[in-house]
Amino acid sequence: MEWEVVIGLETHAQLQTNTKIFSGASTAFGAEPNTQACEVSIALPGVLPVLNKEAVHCAIKFGLAVNAEIAPRSVFARKNYFYPDLPKGYQISQYELPVVGKGAVTIQVPAAGKNPAYEKVVNITRAHLEEDAGKSVHGAVEGMSGIDLNRAGTPLLEIVTEPDMRSAAEAVAYAKKLHELVQWIGICDGNMQEGSFRCDVNVSVRPKGSDKLGTRREIKNLNSFRFMQQAIEYETRWQIETLEDGGTIHQATVLFNPDTGETRAMRSKEEANDYRYFPDPDLLPLEITEADKAQVKLLMPELPSAMKARFEAEYGLTNYDAATLTASRALADYFVATVNAGAEAKPAANWTMGAISAKLNAEEKSLADSPVTAVQLASLLKRIADNTISNNAAKQVFEAMWNGEGEVDAIIEAKGLKQVSDTGAIEAIIDEVLAANQAMVEEFKAGKEKAFNALVGQAMKASKGKANPAQVNEILKTKLGA
Amino acid sequence: MINQSLATLSQMLAEKQVSSVELTQTFLDRIDTLNPDINAYIALDQDKTLAQAQAADARIAAGNALPLTGIPIAQKDIFCAKGWQTTCGSKMLENFIAPYDAHVISQFDAVGAVNLGKTNMDEFAMGSSNETSYFGGVKNPWDLTRVPGGSSGGSAAAVAARLCAAATGTDTGGSIRQPASLCGFTGLKPTYGVVSRYGMIAFASSLDQAGPMAKSAEDCALMMNVMAGFDERDSTSLNRKKEDYSRYLNQPVSGLPLAGLKIGLPKEYFAEGLDAAVAKVVMDAVAEYKKLGAEVIEISLPNTGLSIPVYYVLAPAEASSNLSRYDGVRYGHRADQYADLMEMYCKSRAEGFGAEVKRRILIGTYVLSAGYYDAYYLKAQQIRRLIAQDFVEAFKRCDVIVGPAAPSTAFKAGEKVDDPVAMYLQDIYTISTNLAGLPGMSVPAGFAQANDGVPLPVGLQIIGNYFDEARMLNVAHQYQRVTDWHTRMPDLTAIEGVA
Repeated sequence: MEWEVVIGLETHAQLQTNTKIFSGASTAFGAEPNTQACEVSIALPGVLPVLNKEAVHCAIKFGLAVNAEIAPRSVFARKNYFYPDLPKGYQISQYELPVVGKGAVTIQVPAAGKNPAYEKVVNITRAHLEEDAGKSVHGAVEGMSGIDLNRAGTPLLEIVTEPDMRSAAEAVAYAKKLHELVQWIGICDGNMQEGSFRCDVNVSVRPKGSDKLGTRREIKNLNSFRFMQQAIEYETRWQIETLEDGGTIHQATVLFNPDTGETRAMRSKEEANDYRYFPDPDLLPLEITEADKAQVKLLMPELPSAMKARFEAEYGLTNYDAATLTASRALADYFVATVNAGAEAKPAANWTMGAISAKLNAEEKSLADSPVTAVQLASLLKRIADNTISNNAAKQVFEAMWNGEGEVDAIIEAKGLKQVSDTGAIEAIIDEVLAANQAMVEEFKAGKEKAFNALVGQAMKASKGKANPAQVNEILKTKLGA
Repeated sequence: MINQSLATLSQMLAEKQVSSVELTQTFLDRIDTLNPDINAYIALDQDKTLAQAQAADARIAAGNALPLTGIPIAQKDIFCAKGWQTTCGSKMLENFIAPYDAHVISQFDAVGAVNLGKTNMDEFAMGSSNETSYFGGVKNPWDLTRVPGGSSGGSAAAVAARLCAAATGTDTGGSIRQPASLCGFTGLKPTYGVVSRYGMIAFASSLDQAGPMAKSAEDCALMMNVMAGFDERDSTSLNRKKEDYSRYLNQPVSGLPLAGLKIGLPKEYFAEGLDAAVAKVVMDAVAEYKKLGAEVIEISLPNTGLSIPVYYVLAPAEASSNLSRYDGVRYGHRADQYADLMEMYCKSRAEGFGAEVKRRILIGTYVLSAGYYDAYYLKAQQIRRLIAQDFVEAFKRCDVIVGPAAPSTAFKAGEKVDDPVAMYLQDIYTISTNLAGLPGMSVPAGFAQANDGVPLPVGLQIIGNYFDEARMLNVAHQYQRVTDWHTRMPDLTAIEGVA
């Protein structure tokens, strides 16, 4: 039987606010335990929550970015359960009426093997505001567990998708897209190691062609895209094998072990809590007016989709190039900065997506750490454009710049890479080449087109790569009477 | 001196006839003598209290005194007060020292009032007799074998026995008005949202409201001027202009003081269940109001009978969640011995909470559970709106609603402890105003004789429209100008001894 995997994601994006969602305590990461836990954070008797407007602005921004309905009235609800790092014994979340309703994001799924790259729309079911819990710290004190409530009350936006994804690659493409988007609109720092962006993935399988959903298992707390890919692939295989062996899938929460590459059930849903959600009487319903939305809209950066269309129209980029460049805010900014520094758009796009991205990937660096700045890249591209160096020479210059050997012109000078554009000098070289390669000249005259390219190659070689290739072509044609 | 109004005490302080330290010491001495029998206070701290009195005297000397500067006020032990033991009447918080001040406490501190001590109360404000307190029942000063009502029973007994100049209380279903009725003094539950709940330990968040408990409407008005006001730390606190709750009192009147006032008598408040002797006192008071010029009409609040069932779904639901923070992890009672986390939770909560609190946590957990939520919690919310609508209709026909505050006078300690439903019925006339968020007060209206011949105070309830506290206080005040029920004091000579 052929199987189909069905995947939906729940993502917790920690919102970049200065203070917590229901109190004035700081949200900064990494402070000494419990130094950012005010009376509200530790849930002393009598304390009350007050909603942080910054967090609401973040939710509105997200709603606008995914073209979603933003609820004119949403309600905070209490999710009741006992856990040592949950100080109130309930989490303030949103349940029946979330702040952000249905929306969508378009993802680019990269080519894999014979399968070409494609675009897909992933539907967002909802996004709601809630508070984070604290952390249990084991082992810091012998024989005891510690509780650090610095994180308790940190604002989160939980973003839930429809079960729209059909492969690990699609799920990862969505997660990456979302990861980029929340950073793009400035609501989340995207730091997965610090837990600012956490994904739970719901996976089920069904016979291909079936429209009934299989029983899902939820993979919790994936903190890297690589692990997400591995976890979904393993989980999919496991579910298919289980069913093919005549077993059944039970709804469960599972954890991924990066060391073994396996998923393992943490608890089954039957043992799960009844959370006894009810509207939080300490908070008024959250009301968002058209004016509130308009105000936030003014603070919104240009969104990737709009920027992509603009890149195509304004810079004449292809759909693919525009999509690739706008896949990340940093990449798009780098490209624009290169163009603004005087480079032509097409080579700027090629170099940004090509040489720069390749180097960064190889060295696991981000654009912010690139040794070659956009301005430097632009000055390199200008030297290609004005025929000072050839494309090949440019690669050497780039390499040198990357290694910190100096600015473009100095490197060209030092390495003697300046292109020869003196017609007389080139003619002299070509005359020598023609004289030394009579056989090839004869072949060309006999109709072998390839011989022409061979002669160009010889001329370039004789000039040690410095001759302007366009001029070589032209002069050679004239001399051969072609 | 202990029987003087707040205004008179203020004047005596201003004129240096007495210092705040002397006044405070007078009350502290009286507490020393009487509290062992009455048990109105859970926590006393003479050093802190007298330090505040000294500071008040300095303030008075410097000419910066405000109306309540230097006045000793008893605070219900539901308010967090920095450095004070704050127990909420529970073993769970027996050793909890609050590290911050409730809004109400800081409002009194700001005007230089003196915190006389923390008063006894039903555990987590759950009760109508003060018998659920971990720190023992409070005795009604009018008859020590009887209960003072609850949950603000300690504040009630303290006001009635003159163990403070005035006190604070909180009212979730009648916890200011019912004890005011049973102990014979004036108590006001303001409109929901008028007094900040910040730092007031939550029982049922959508119903809880703090208010004054004092000897007269005039005193309540002065207390309200301190307690009321917007607080951004409470999202349900209403951002309204500061008002002077005394503004209608003592205005010169020509002719009948309450001419033009329309009083509504809800027929449901005089139906079966109301003690006949209490009904008579209430009707005598109504007659008095007619003499003051008021017009009296009969009105109907048809959903009154649903208020108790609705309340006992909604209040426990909120309480079950509000009380989840008492888990033994960060503060409060933790069991000595436990094998694992679950056992720590179970034992700590089993040991820390009393029977009534556990009963309500169980009810609340049940009504919020999957499969029951719609039938109980959601239905109760719908009926709550109907109850509020009853009042909207009623106030189209009248200015204030008048009736009994409690169905009976003070009952014997132990009489209802094994019958929770009988206990819950104590709040039959007060609960609907909490559900509607309306202001209500209880005013001493006379005495009714108990079976054993003991005369016991009866309270008249006055319910006003939203934000109508100032008018209600005047309605009460005009009655208190022509009656002296509110000046009557229980005879405590037997326990005062030689003093």
